[in-house]
Amino acid sequence: MELNAVTIGFAVFTIFTLGGGFGVVTTRNLFQGTIWLMVSLFGVAGYFILLSAPFLAAVQILVYIGAIAILITFAVMLTRSVTRIKVRYIRLLPSFIGSLLVFLILLFGITVPIFGGQLPEAAPQTVASTRDLGAALVSEHGYVVPFMLASVLLTGAMIGAIFIARDEKA
Amino acid sequence: MDNLCTGLCTLLLDGGFDAGLAQFLSLLVGVLLVSGVPLITVILLIWVERKVAARIQDRIGPNRVGPIGLLQTLADMIKLLSKEDITPTSADRLLYNAAPLVSFASVVLIWAVIPFTPFHYGVDLEIGALYFVAIASFGTLAIMVAGWASNNKYALLGAFRVVALLVSYEVPLVFALLAPVMLAGSMSLLDIVNAQSGMWFVILSPLAFVIFYVSSQAETGRAPFDLIEAESELVAGFNIEYSGMKFGMFFAAEFLHVFTNGILMAILFFGGWMGPLYYESPLIAFAWLGAKGGLIYLTTLWLRNTVPRLRIDQIMAFNWKCLVPLSIANIVAVSLALKVLQELDLAPRQLIGAGIGEMLPTTVVMLLINGAIGLYLLGILRRRGQEARREFQAASQAYAAAPAD
Repeated sequence: MELNAVTIGFAVFTIFTLGGGFGVVTTRNLFQGTIWLMVSLFGVAGYFILLSAPFLAAVQILVYIGAIAILITFAVMLTRSVTRIKVRYIRLLPSFIGSLLVFLILLFGITVPIFGGQLPEAAPQTVASTRDLGAALVSEHGYVVPFMLASVLLTGAMIGAIFIARDEKA
Repeated sequence: MDNLCTGLCTLLLDGGFDAGLAQFLSLLVGVLLVSGVPLITVILLIWVERKVAARIQDRIGPNRVGPIGLLQTLADMIKLLSKEDITPTSADRLLYNAAPLVSFASVVLIWAVIPFTPFHYGVDLEIGALYFVAIASFGTLAIMVAGWASNNKYALLGAFRVVALLVSYEVPLVFALLAPVMLAGSMSLLDIVNAQSGMWFVILSPLAFVIFYVSSQAETGRAPFDLIEAESELVAGFNIEYSGMKFGMFFAAEFLHVFTNGILMAILFFGGWMGPLYYESPLIAFAWLGAKGGLIYLTTLWLRNTVPRLRIDQIMAFNWKCLVPLSIANIVAVSLALKVLQELDLAPRQLIGAGIGEMLPTTVVMLLINGAIGLYLLGILRRRGQEARREFQAASQAYAAAPAD
């Protein structure tokens, strides 16, 4: 493998992603866990930059780190005594088997189409700019229906959350 | 990748450097310059801020160290550096020490996309405006981490307030940011400035500017939104446990953020480096940007030192019931008006490089729409104010009429 800026960047972001993920599952402290999660998500944002998708990278940071992770920390901090957990999770064998299965499925699902079987026709080299992305999102031949469905889903989730959290007397 | 080698890089190449090394060195110098400018400015900014605050409060301000107190900040810096560096025993050591760094970095990183002149900028990102929003979310994170890692209940309370405030005001900020982006048809800050050659966006979309101004004042935690550091309630807020230069970094980050927002508003709404004779020399262009940014910066200082602090419920109500609906209405109005005008061939399809003449009909229509929304809003606010005043009077009369114990 050639050692250039992209390779080094890939290595750094891999360390971020995997290291962050490792931190999430090993730390005993929920707050630190969310911080590690952010590190991991930051690494994924780096991948997007390496894949020439700066828009997705910015959205990844904005939505996952700026909004979702911050809300998770909020929830963690508002929940009492979750920062000093003494209980240990003991069912290690089932979780080990479960995660191994998922890993194998992913491994074969990704590598077999690439290395095994017949190679697909070389994928067209498309460079999608942010403009293309936006156009595809709202054009009738593009993703307008999934886009709208996602909006409806999110609105439904939000209304549901408000309904559950609402004080009955108010 | 060939076009990366310009300016200093070609000079180094002529001087007999290796091509890769020359490119690396010129990039390094660029990075150092872009990150150095804010670091140097902040030293001066603290002095400016203290002087302005002093004048508003009828004081003289720093005047002992150096001529008219110019070296005061340097003296303060030496003092902060020589102070004892305390980490509370029960604090989370790693996060506690990382928070000030992230806080400062979140502001300095914004400068990477700021176009100082038509030719001098750190990098012209296709997603410049979005980059700014994404980077700003690191600032929120730093405050949250600082508040939690200090293991101090006042720090935690302060952090809670800040994050609630910052997350809420990010919504109108981003919506307001959309107006220049839609007008320019690009998220690159360079394109946004170039699109204002005909007419500044502050005239095309004054409401967006007002929303951006108010929410960036809240984002930096300045009065009237300064309950981040409501001394009378929280001792010092999220940074209570920090001492020495670690406190200094939070402090510097806040001051720099205010100025950065001034520069950003100059770029987004006041045509950046545009001004008479800007094409003559990059220095003149840079001076225009500095002057505009500085003026906006001064008004934020003025505001900060003259208005009282609002309560948290008032701040939240103002955001969700006034700013957010207003910003959404503004976005709908701007986009609709622009498209209709373009279909009628009254507005140029591409604002980049448009002249004043082409922009006149658009300007008039946009101003009328903005004025109508603004007047409607003022009417609502006035009615709300009168209601609140009546309620308060009724309550105080009831209190006065009640028999004393």
